[in-house]
Amino acid sequence: MQHHDIPGTVVFDGTQAQKGYALNAMCYSFNAAANRDAFTRDEDAYCAKFGLNEEQRAAIRERNVLKLLAAGGNVYYLAKFAGILKLNVQDIGAQQTGMTVDAFKDMLAAAGRQ
Amino acid sequence: MAQIVGAIATSHIPAIGKAIAEKKQNDPYWKPFFDGYDKAIAWLRQARPDVVVMIYNDHGLNFFLDKMPTFAVGAAAQYRSEDEGWGLPVQSSFPGDADLSWHVIESLVADEFDIVSCQDMAVDHGFTVPMTLMFPDAGGKWPVKTLPVSINTVQHPLPSPARCWKLGRAIGRAIESYPKDLRVVVFGTGGLSHQLDGTRAGFINKKFDLYCLETIVKDPEAFSKLSVVDLVREAGAQGVEFLNWIAMRGTLLGSVSKIHSNYHIPISNTAGATLVLENRAAVQTQAA
Ligand SMILES: [Fe+2]
Repeated sequence: MQHHDIPGTVVFDGTQAQKGYALNAMCYSFNAAANRDAFTRDEDAYCAKFGLNEEQRAAIRERNVLKLLAAGGNVYYLAKFAGILKLNVQDIGAQQTGMTVDAFKDMLAAAGRQ
Repeated sequence: MAQIVGAIATSHIPAIGKAIAEKKQNDPYWKPFFDGYDKAIAWLRQARPDVVVMIYNDHGLNFFLDKMPTFAVGAAAQYRSEDEGWGLPVQSSFPGDADLSWHVIESLVADEFDIVSCQDMAVDHGFTVPMTLMFPDAGGKWPVKTLPVSINTVQHPLPSPARCWKLGRAIGRAIESYPKDLRVVVFGTGGLSHQLDGTRAGFINKKFDLYCLETIVKDPEAFSKLSVVDLVREAGAQGVEFLNWIAMRGTLLGSVSKIHSNYHIPISNTAGATLVLENRAAVQTQAA
C-alpha cells in the first residue's frame, strides 16, 4: 500500500487482508441465515470452526469494532456481524468515535450545513 | 447499432432500500432525498432503455477475499438478489443479456482489459438499490435487461481513477459496436463521500462532493490526476466508490449534457447524490 497520512483510517490492503482472512471468512458466512443462527447458538464453536486467532476471538467477544479492524477485519464483512447484533452503521460509527449515537447523527447532519 | 442514450449516477446506501420497502419516502428524513429522484425517474422513463449497464461494487456478497477480481463482468441470463445478512429485502432476479455480455467481454479483452467473466453472479445492494430506486413501479418485473460490471473497492490496491476512466471508454466502445438496435443507459453507483470504519467514521466532505458533481460533467478527465489515496483522503474510505461514477462517465463517448442532479446530507452515514447525464452520439449529430 502506498504510504498515507490519513488520520483515523486503516486502508484495507494485502497486509490487512492476510491478517484478517479467518475473521472475514466467518463474517462473510453470515450472509446465510443458517450460519447466523449457528453463530448465535454456539459462538465459541462457530469461531473455532473458522480458526479465529486469540485477538480476533477477543474482539468478537467484546463486540469492539476498532479491535476487529485492528485484527484485520474489513468493514463490509464486519457489517454482517453487526447485523446479527442488530447494530446499524450509526451505532458502529458512534462506538468507534466514542460518541453517543445521537451525537454521531448530529455530526453527520452538521456536515450538510457546512 | 446499440446506443448509449445517457447515464445515471446514484448512491446505493442500503438504508435507501429499507426506506423503499417500508414506504418512508415522505418521512421528513427521507423526503429531501427521494424528491431528488422524481426528475431522474421521469428522464429514465422517456429514455426507454432496453438495457442497463450497472457499474457498481460488490460489498461481500458475490466476491470474497479468496478471489477478488479488479474488474468483473456479468455474462448470465439472470442475476440473483440474495440475503446480505442485515435485513435488506431480497428482490426478484434481474434479467441479463448474455449475447450482449459476451460481445462486451470480447471487446474489452481485445482492448486489453483482462476482466473476469461471471456466468453465475449474485448482485448486492450496490446493484439492487439503484434498480429499486429508478424503477419504482417494477413490482418485481424488471422492465430492462441488465449487465453488471463490478469494480473492486474492497481490497487495496484498487484500480486508479485513470484506469476506471479508460475502462469506461472501453465499455462505451464495446456497447456502441454491438450490432443490435438497443437503447442503453449506464448506471454508476455508490458514494458520495462517506467513511464507515476507523476513528474517522462519519467523515463527509461536502466541498469535495460538490467539486465532483460539477467536474464529472464538464471535465471528467481531471479525476485521472488523482490517486486512490487522494480519493480515500477526500471522499472517505468508502467514498472511493466514486470510481464507479468515473467509469460510468467514461462510457459516454458523445456530447454530454447534465439533465439533473441532487445532493443531500446525510443519508445514513453518507452524502446522498444523484446525477442524470444525456449522451448525444457524434454520428447522430453529423446526420442531422
Ligand atoms: Fe457501497
